[in-house]
Amino acid sequence: MASIFTREKGRRRRRVEPSPCLHVFCSCLADDRFRDIAYDVGARLPSLDRTKGTTIGAIAIKLQDVSKQFEGAATPAVTSLDLDIEEGSIVVLIGPSGCGKTTTLRMINRLIEPTSGRIDINGEDVTQRPVAELRREIGYVIQQVGLFPHQTIAANIATVPKMLGWEKQRISDRIEELANLVGLEPSLLDRYPDELSGGQQQRVGVARALAADPPVLLMDEPFGAVDPIVRIRLQDELLELQARVGKTIVLVTHDIDEALKIADRIALLNVGGILEQYSPPDELLAEPANRFVEEFVGEDRSVKRLQLRTVADLPFNRGPVVAATDGAAAARNIMEEYATEWIGVTSDDVFLGWVHADDVQDNVSLESVPRSVPAAQVQPGSTLRNAMQIIMTSHTSTAVIEDEGRFGGIVTLELIRASLEAEPGQ
Amino acid sequence: MNAVFAQAPNPIVRWEYFIDEWDQIQSALLEHLELTVYAVGLGLIASAGLSAIALRYRWALAPINGFTAFLYTIPSVALFGILVPYFGLSRLTAVLPLAAYTLLILVTNIVAGFNAVSPEVREAADSMGMTPTRKVLQVELPLAMPYIIAGLRVAVVSTVGIVTVAAIIGQGGLGRLILDGLRRAFWTPMTIGAVLSILLALALDGLILGVGRWLTPWAQRARRAP
Repeated sequence: MASIFTREKGRRRRRVEPSPCLHVFCSCLADDRFRDIAYDVGARLPSLDRTKGTTIGAIAIKLQDVSKQFEGAATPAVTSLDLDIEEGSIVVLIGPSGCGKTTTLRMINRLIEPTSGRIDINGEDVTQRPVAELRREIGYVIQQVGLFPHQTIAANIATVPKMLGWEKQRISDRIEELANLVGLEPSLLDRYPDELSGGQQQRVGVARALAADPPVLLMDEPFGAVDPIVRIRLQDELLELQARVGKTIVLVTHDIDEALKIADRIALLNVGGILEQYSPPDELLAEPANRFVEEFVGEDRSVKRLQLRTVADLPFNRGPVVAATDGAAAARNIMEEYATEWIGVTSDDVFLGWVHADDVQDNVSLESVPRSVPAAQVQPGSTLRNAMQIIMTSHTSTAVIEDEGRFGGIVTLELIRASLEAEPGQ
Repeated sequence: MNAVFAQAPNPIVRWEYFIDEWDQIQSALLEHLELTVYAVGLGLIASAGLSAIALRYRWALAPINGFTAFLYTIPSVALFGILVPYFGLSRLTAVLPLAAYTLLILVTNIVAGFNAVSPEVREAADSMGMTPTRKVLQVELPLAMPYIIAGLRVAVVSTVGIVTVAAIIGQGGLGRLILDGLRRAFWTPMTIGAVLSILLALALDGLILGVGRWLTPWAQRARRAP
C-alpha cells in the first residue's frame, strides 16, 4: 500500500505538461483591429481545422438547432444552439448566469429533454435510446459530487459497472485502477464519503464517472466547491488524466481562467443560450467575435493569453552566455556585443548562473566567481506570464533551463511580445 | 374473608405467584409481543403505502397527515368498542387500532427520511442510469433508514404500552395480568404486568436500535475528514 501511495505522490508532483492543444493555438493579436467588426452569424462557428492545427477529429457530440423552453419561463433557456464537439477534446461551456450552460449539458444525457432540435452522440440521436442505457455510457460529475453517503468509496465507484453486470474481479480490478488514475490513496476505498475531504470526494466523483470507461464525460462546475489551491491541482490532474484517457469532455464553468486553462474549445453563451463564440482559448482572447465576448473575457485578455503559452513556444536565442573554459576575455567580448553587465556562465552546457562584469577577472576562473543567486531562469514548460514576471523582476537576463540544467537560451520581453503577434495556428 | 384479605398486608410482589402462575405470565408476555409485532408490522406496511402516495403526489401529503393524526386522537377504548361489533373480541379487533396509532409517526418519519435524501444524490443516481426502482431500493431507502428506524422505535415503544388496554376486549397480553390485579385489588399481577411491559418495550427498542445500527454502518462513523 505504501509503495502505491509513494508512486502516486511522485506522479502528482511531476510537472504537468499542458496538452499541446493548449498552446499551439496562435492567433494574431487582435487588439483594436477586430474590436469594431460587426458580429456576424456566419462567423459564429470558425472552421474546425483550427481546433487542433492539423487534423479534423471525428465529431463525438453534435447539437443541432437545440432549444429548451421551460414551462412558465418567459424566455427560452437555450435558443437554437448548434455545437460540434470533437472526439477526445475538452469543450468548456461558459457564460453569465442564465445562459443555459448547465441546461445544455444536462440535455446531452437527457436529465433535461430539449424542446426542439437534435442531439447526436457518435451519430446516434440520444432520444432514440433508452435513457438508463444512454446514461451508463456518459460519465457525469457535478459540483456537489453527489456521492452516495451510505456506500463506501469502492462501492460508489462500482455503481455503473455493477449495473452493467461486470464480474466481481473485474470490478475490483477496475476500482484499483481508477483509484490510481485519479490519485486516491487505496486505504480510502473502504471509507465512507463523509470521511473524505472535498478534494478527495471530487476525485472519487471523477473515478465513479469514469468507472465503466464511458467515451463521454460531462462535468458541471466540477471544481466549484473546492478551495482555489485544490482547484488548480484538480485542474492540472484533469489535464493529465485527459492526456491518458482521451475522453470527450464537456465541462461547465463560470470561471474564465479555468476555461482558458483546460479547454480545447470554449463555447461562450449569452443569456437565453445564444452562442456568441465557439473558439479555441487563444482565439477567443485574440479575436473576440463581438463586444460581449470582449467584455466577458476581460480587459486583460492579452495578459491572459500569456498564460496559454509556454516558453517552449518561443524561438528563444542564445543571448549573452559564455562557456567557463572560454575565459574572461571572451566573456567581456560577449558582454560588449550584447551591451549588458551580466553574462551567463555554462560548464559543459550546464547553466551555472549570472556573473556581473565587475567580477570577471583575467586571473580568476569563471567557474569560481560570485554569481547572482537565485539565478533568473525559467523552464521550457513555464507559462509566458511566469516568464514575464521573472524577466521584469530580475536585473540579469533570464535563462531558459532545459532538462538536467542544460542551458537552452535567453527569453526576453521582446520575444514574448512578438509571439503574441504571430498568426493563429502557427 | 374479604375483609380479612383487605386488611392483610398486600405486598407489591408475592414471589410465589411467579411460580404458581408462570404459564399465565409466559403466555401473556408472548401474546403481548405478538400483538405488538402484528400491530407495528401492519402499521409499517400501511405507512409504506401511504408514504409512497404522499411522496409521489405532493398534494396528498397534507390529507394523509390529517387522516393519520385524526386516527391518533381517537381514544383507544372507543376504537376497540367501535370494532367489536364487526370483528368480535378477536385479535384483529385489538391489532387494527394499535396499527392505526403507529401510522402518524411512521408516515411522518418515512416521508421525512425520503425527503432528506439530497437532490444531488438523486441526480447522481439518475445520471448514472439507475432505473427508478433501483434508485428507491439502493439509494433512497437506505438513506431514509435512520429516519425510519427512529420512527419504528417510537411506534414500537408506544404500542407496547397501548397493547395493555386491549385487555378490556380479552386480548392485551400483559394487560390481562394488570386488569386481573386491578379487579382483585391484588398488587402482584399488576406489578408483574407493568414491569414486564416496560422491560419488553426497552428490549424491543434496544433490538431495533441494534438492527438499525447494523443496517446503517455509514451513519455510525464519526465525521473525521482528514
